[in-house]
Amino acid sequence: MPGSSVQATLRPASTTRMARSGLGDRFFQSVTFLAAMAIALLFILVAYLLYRGSHLSIEKFGWRFLLTSTWDPVAEQYGALPLIYGTVVSSLIALLIAVPLSIGTAIYLTDLAPLWLRQPLVSVIEMLAAVPSVIWGLWGIFVMVPWLRDHAFPLLKRYLGFLPLFQGPIYGVSMLAGGIIVAIMILPIVTSVSREILRAVPDLQREAAYGLGATRWEVTRIAVLSYARRGLMGAAVLGLGRAVGETMAVTMVIGNRPEIARSLFAPGYTLASVIANEFTEATTDTYLNALFELGLVLMGVTILVHILALILIKTIATPGSRHA
Amino acid sequence: MSPRYDQYRRFRNAFMSGLFVLCAVLVVSPLALILFHLLREGIGALNWSFFTQLPKPVGEAGGGMANAIVGTVILLGLACLVGVPLGLLGGVYLSEYGSERWNVWIRFGADILNGVPSIVWGMTAYALVVVPFKTFSAYSGGLALGFIMIPLVLRTTEEVLVLVPGAYREAALALGIPHWKIILHIVLRTARKGIITGVLLAMGRIAGETAPLLFTAFGNRFWSHHLSEPIAALPLQIFTYAISPYDDWHRQAWAGALVLIFLVFCLSTGVRLLSADRKKNRAN
Amino acid sequence: MAMSLDEKPLTEPAIAPPAARVPVVPPTVTTPVPAGPAKSALERPEVVFDIRQLNVFYGANRAISNVTLQIYARSVTAVIGPSGCGKSTFLRTLNRMHELTPGAHHTGAILLLGESLYGAGVDATIVRRRVGMVFQKSNPFPTMSIAENVLVGLRLNGVRDKALLRQRLEESLRMAALWDEVKDHLGRPGISLSGGQQQRLCIARALAVRPEIVLMDEPCSSLDPLATAKIEELIQQIKRDYTVVIVTHNMQQAARVSDRTAFFYMGELVEYDETRTIFMSPSNPQTEAYVSGRFG
Repeated sequence: MPGSSVQATLRPASTTRMARSGLGDRFFQSVTFLAAMAIALLFILVAYLLYRGSHLSIEKFGWRFLLTSTWDPVAEQYGALPLIYGTVVSSLIALLIAVPLSIGTAIYLTDLAPLWLRQPLVSVIEMLAAVPSVIWGLWGIFVMVPWLRDHAFPLLKRYLGFLPLFQGPIYGVSMLAGGIIVAIMILPIVTSVSREILRAVPDLQREAAYGLGATRWEVTRIAVLSYARRGLMGAAVLGLGRAVGETMAVTMVIGNRPEIARSLFAPGYTLASVIANEFTEATTDTYLNALFELGLVLMGVTILVHILALILIKTIATPGSRHA
Repeated sequence: MSPRYDQYRRFRNAFMSGLFVLCAVLVVSPLALILFHLLREGIGALNWSFFTQLPKPVGEAGGGMANAIVGTVILLGLACLVGVPLGLLGGVYLSEYGSERWNVWIRFGADILNGVPSIVWGMTAYALVVVPFKTFSAYSGGLALGFIMIPLVLRTTEEVLVLVPGAYREAALALGIPHWKIILHIVLRTARKGIITGVLLAMGRIAGETAPLLFTAFGNRFWSHHLSEPIAALPLQIFTYAISPYDDWHRQAWAGALVLIFLVFCLSTGVRLLSADRKKNRAN
Repeated sequence: MAMSLDEKPLTEPAIAPPAARVPVVPPTVTTPVPAGPAKSALERPEVVFDIRQLNVFYGANRAISNVTLQIYARSVTAVIGPSGCGKSTFLRTLNRMHELTPGAHHTGAILLLGESLYGAGVDATIVRRRVGMVFQKSNPFPTMSIAENVLVGLRLNGVRDKALLRQRLEESLRMAALWDEVKDHLGRPGISLSGGQQQRLCIARALAVRPEIVLMDEPCSSLDPLATAKIEELIQQIKRDYTVVIVTHNMQQAARVSDRTAFFYMGELVEYDETRTIFMSPSNPQTEAYVSGRFG
């Protein structure tokens, strides 16, 4: 723009990018460039090493690997299906529990909570996110699982026992316990991302609804939630990505039995758990390769889920991308 | 609009509000529960010998987690050696150099890497270091944790550097200072608190990681005398003790968990103190 | 003929001063001032900037059209004109800051003391050391003290001599009329000063590297009248040793402070003459209309 003083722009670094000259600049730029390339390198490294570590298994079993429902290393049977099943079910349970709670909390934080309460609440949620997985697992084994076994599960069985989901023997460690603990662990991230999404909704939307005489809940439902729908889905998918990769806490409460059972009270096993438990015990090459292949599946699923989540979230987070 | 319907709307509004309050309470309660149990179970087993002694053999009472605590500190240090330079310099590149077109991809890649399960990084470090050298080691554990740190520090560094006002860069350029010196001495210096915050946050995150260490650092009942030996770590020790059948070990697991969460909270409180400082300075 | 701008050592002044270098006398001491320094500059006009047929573009937009003028040593040249007329763009081509904007380019020649500013092999960093700039909004570095701010240009270009640094610090702050106010707390953060003081700090910082020319882009526009007066006063002082080009939208300021004035309109140089002439008896009717306030 002719004549206007080129002061701090939206992307201030853009005015200095062309100011390169001299040896020092070229060297420094190369060094930082190589560091940034570490990202690409990490992708290549992981993909290559996982593939190389699993190629025996891939060659031997092919696609059957993903569909065989027996995981019995002793008998040299490597089927990933029970593990995939376990990962999917525990993650779904976690989503069903966590997503409504998180979105509800996010709504509370953005629209309902008194101002003095907001920052402390956000801090509490950040602290929740900081608790390591193994500590959740510890608490899970000694506090949550006994409580579930002695109180919650019998209640569920009594009132919902007509469903095959809630039948069968109760051990405490179970698919449901795994799902619950993962739910607790993904609450913080889904809440904070949801909150960001809701905050990105322009006030104009809310004001328009208020102007029509809507109640608070109606404003939220009409003006905020529908506008933010895609972003909230993204938050949920992000939670799914986290849930799929959860390892330690799940391992400690899910029972670690590679079976596909209909009951949620039955023990289960996830992709990440089996790697955690059996990696150091893998005596044969085939065994290790099979575990690497599970890692490859886990990585593939996680990456796909995250790409989906990022796309969903970024389409709402870009300012001005939506018409009023 | 009938008054009956309005009444219904008001009731529904109050009901939903109450529901959302309930959500918030439910989300917050696990933290209260876990802190409560940690304190109740863990405080009893925390004593001087816990911090200074090695684990005793199975069956013998007593002993401590001294080697695990030290091991965690060592692993954090090794991870920072890998994660901080690469993450910081990479963040500098994204903010100060590079074309916007490619930078979008690097950022996207970093965001995806931030979501990769940590156990996968353990497998990577295993294949890269443990297999060729045929031993578990602190090196491989530090590397696995460092892998996690790189995209984390890269994104936080970039986000902070972009916030440095262009006016400072311009003023420095007008003085005839070479571009790279501007970045090093002015831009990075201005953003230093934010960068440290990002590093501390990343450290808090990896301090609690167990899965990547399961088959890299592996754990050690004794002191490690060299970084190429297996090394104990707090989260590993907690895991081993928690799934064991011994009550005494269970109590020590709680104590260890208390120490670990204290460490993690210290790192993130450090963050809070630093950013509160920043807000105060900006207000001036 | 050397086509590249040699790096003049930062430790020496580039333009020989009219007399032996003496510490700049603070305004309160009266010394016989040579009759109208502007007059002497005009009598022996040494051309510092020789600008010929300059056209400046942002992408396809032409911001400056066919400007030819000379800037003379040890004088204050004001650049005036309505908003959007290209004043700041013109200024920024003089120290190669314009080229930092993506899509910026130009045609025409700019010669600094006979050497082309944009010649092959010319290092823009060195150009900017010799042509200093003060910005519209003061921008002292926030993490540095007053002293560190003033000396940062020297330090980051490798000057280590502590005695020299101390001397430059005092000289620059005196020239910027700031020394008396800050000499007892040079360690305080640069941003702890008031707005006017911060701008004088930026001037001191620019002067510390002893540039040959100082460019000022509306330096007083965010300051109150008192602070503005202080800066106008110091401009009158430093023009004994420096050449100043100042862009201003304040005509009265241009009239007070400058020896020559260039009037820009819509990217063109309409008139360039002694300030007295521009304001009292301009040749161009457009100039007359602008300076008499008929449009702004």
